[in-house]
Amino acid sequence: MPPLDLLPLAAEASNLLAARNQMAFTLGFHIVLACFGVALPATILIANYIGLKRGDADALELARRWSKAMAVTFAVGAVTGTVLSFEFGLLWPEFMDRFGAAFGVAFAIEGIFFFVEAIFLAIYIYGWKRLSGWAHFWSGVPMVVTGIGGAFAVVAANSWMNQPQGFTLDAAGKVIDTEPLKVLFNPATGYEVPHMLLAAYMVVGFTVASIYAVGMLKGRRDRLHRLGLLIPLTIACIATPIQIFVGDTAAREVADHQPAKFAAMECIDETGTHQTEWIGGICTDDGVKFGIGIPNLDSYLVGFSADTEVIGLNDIPPDERPPANTLLHLSFDAMVGIGTALMLLALWLAWVWWRRRDIPKTPWFLRAVAVSGVGAIVAMWAGWIVTEVGRQPWIVQGYMRTSEAVTEADGIWFAFGLVIALYAVLGVITVVVLRGMSRRWREGAAEPAGAPYAPRQEVER
Amino acid sequence: MNLADAVAIILWVGITFYALFGGADFGGGFWDLVAGGAERGERPRALIQRSLTPVWEANHVWLIFVLVVLWTGFPSAFKAVFTTLYVPIALAALGIVLRGSGFAFRKSVEALEARRALGATFAISSLLTPFFMGTVAGAVAAGNVPGGGNGDPFSSWLQPLPLLTGALFVATSAYLAAVFLVGDARRAGHPDLERYFLRRALGAGAVAGLAAALGLVALHGEARYVFDRLLAEGLPLVILSAVCGLALLGLLLRPVRRGPMRPLAAGAVVAVVWGWGVAQWPYLLPTSLTVDAAAAPDPTLTVVLVVFAIAAVLVLPSLGLLYALSQRDLLESEH
Repeated sequence: MPPLDLLPLAAEASNLLAARNQMAFTLGFHIVLACFGVALPATILIANYIGLKRGDADALELARRWSKAMAVTFAVGAVTGTVLSFEFGLLWPEFMDRFGAAFGVAFAIEGIFFFVEAIFLAIYIYGWKRLSGWAHFWSGVPMVVTGIGGAFAVVAANSWMNQPQGFTLDAAGKVIDTEPLKVLFNPATGYEVPHMLLAAYMVVGFTVASIYAVGMLKGRRDRLHRLGLLIPLTIACIATPIQIFVGDTAAREVADHQPAKFAAMECIDETGTHQTEWIGGICTDDGVKFGIGIPNLDSYLVGFSADTEVIGLNDIPPDERPPANTLLHLSFDAMVGIGTALMLLALWLAWVWWRRRDIPKTPWFLRAVAVSGVGAIVAMWAGWIVTEVGRQPWIVQGYMRTSEAVTEADGIWFAFGLVIALYAVLGVITVVVLRGMSRRWREGAAEPAGAPYAPRQEVER
Repeated sequence: MNLADAVAIILWVGITFYALFGGADFGGGFWDLVAGGAERGERPRALIQRSLTPVWEANHVWLIFVLVVLWTGFPSAFKAVFTTLYVPIALAALGIVLRGSGFAFRKSVEALEARRALGATFAISSLLTPFFMGTVAGAVAAGNVPGGGNGDPFSSWLQPLPLLTGALFVATSAYLAAVFLVGDARRAGHPDLERYFLRRALGAGAVAGLAAALGLVALHGEARYVFDRLLAEGLPLVILSAVCGLALLGLLLRPVRRGPMRPLAAGAVVAVVWGWGVAQWPYLLPTSLTVDAAAAPDPTLTVVLVVFAIAAVLVLPSLGLLYALSQRDLLESEH
């Protein structure tokens, strides 16, 4: 039997794993819905604009349907986002205690954006019948601006965790002075924020397009489906090449500022020049197994020359190395691989559209679009795994370890189990409800009306 | 007044708005829960849904506002509360997830059975959240949250005062919602529903009054610091709350119900929230953590104030627009 005083330590280690998993799971769930909160408004408004400007009934119908779907995704996004705010205190109380004063301002700013977005979203979603066309359109515009602003503030907070600055600590490690502007505009903000914004537009664009691609593959080739495919797909295909440029820049910044993360995600054991770029494979103590190695490419990508020195894990103290190198490496490769595939899809569409003002005729194009939504979501998850697992063992890079931040409360594994069950149900119902709405639209049925429980009839006026 | 005091006041403004608007939304869920079977409860539920639909998400954001101001402006208080009261806080969060999603889903499904299940989820969770939020407030007032955090996770809130405060929150929410719904029913031209919610407003008001009276007794036993100040510095607010409550009672009992019903209902609640704040001043966590001791450095507090000023310029007019459109029936309740 272990000595008793070891037990609290064991409980703490166990809490750390449970808390990290719960945070990853709930963030991964929320971020998909957050993308819809950020990028769906613009997609809807473009359809709305086309509808009003050209008197296009199909485009207006798409905007109306998407806004009804957004009512559902925004509600689930709002409650799962609230859960994250609670988790800051429930899972990471020591982190908030020590650094809330420094990086909390980002969330205060996000709060305003979210507030304004929630207000105008309500006006837009519920204003279809009784507001005039253009007044209704303009009531939606603040959603686009606030969606972008909110994403900026939240991602700036995460950037700060990766490249913290703008605060002064006393000898006891307490924050005694802050420079909020330096917190918000830390070095990582410049690439993390555009990377995530573009990711949101890609996720939404490819996901919405994929729904209509599936419909077209089932033989629904009407104009509504064509427009429903083309509007979001165009947005996503414009975002994709910019994203590849931003992502490439971000990787170089990580190599410069977070060499441990970079070495882990690229499986670099020894510091040196002429580093090999590994595609796929498993990271082991003696090199990458089963991967495809391209000599010199890693050094070239970091510094545009094979002579660029890249820091390896051997120069990182063992207790400051990220865990799970293979996970990081494969996640990074998945993100880059999917991003490249989506780029090819965008080029394919652009080429055919330029030649004959139409989408490619082959069903393979629709099949590719049909899986692009899931692909974009997986790529985004993979990117967040690289960012967050790659920062470990730090919660605030260089200042606070995740193990120091975690709660001492009991029952974290139990809570995590409940959260998985709850979110599984939530996810399933969200999909079922959205599919039900889409089926009713197809069948041309009226919206559910009347009292919530009652037989369908209009009871109020 | 220093910066920390100003931010503490902003925190209380956020709590006030959440108590008023979030409270009324939760109360709507309460009346949905007790509206009876599908046939009998059909019309009250329709009215509740119509009133809640366009505004509940915006109202919910006040909670986020309170959390953000707390962890940015007073990080150690945030930690102390969350490491002690994590059980009721987690249950309140569960209620928030179920309520929001249940409400949003219910409007978007067809089948009666599914609507019933989602509606029940929405309604029951509307009860859970204010109750557990109330236990948190009661535990803080009772001084059961040590300033350093990690207080007892159960005995801190499983006490008469926190539990009574939970009941008070539920009753107050129901009361606010019923008064608001009386006005909505009148505007929609349903005199029978007006009477329906009037009776419920009176009942909930009586229960809330009783819970408040019992709460005072418990306060005397468990939170002497807060009790003493409530009946000294806080006395004008206690009287204001009682006057508002009684004046509203008078209005409700008159045959022609005209007059400032909503302002009076809101006034009664606002006075209680500020009475609580005054009573535990200068402590955030009586009597172990003061506002000053918990406060973040000045530049952070300044940003919180600036952000609040921007919010006042940007959010409040937008919110006013939303309520105005909603009250003038320019927004649909169905989507």
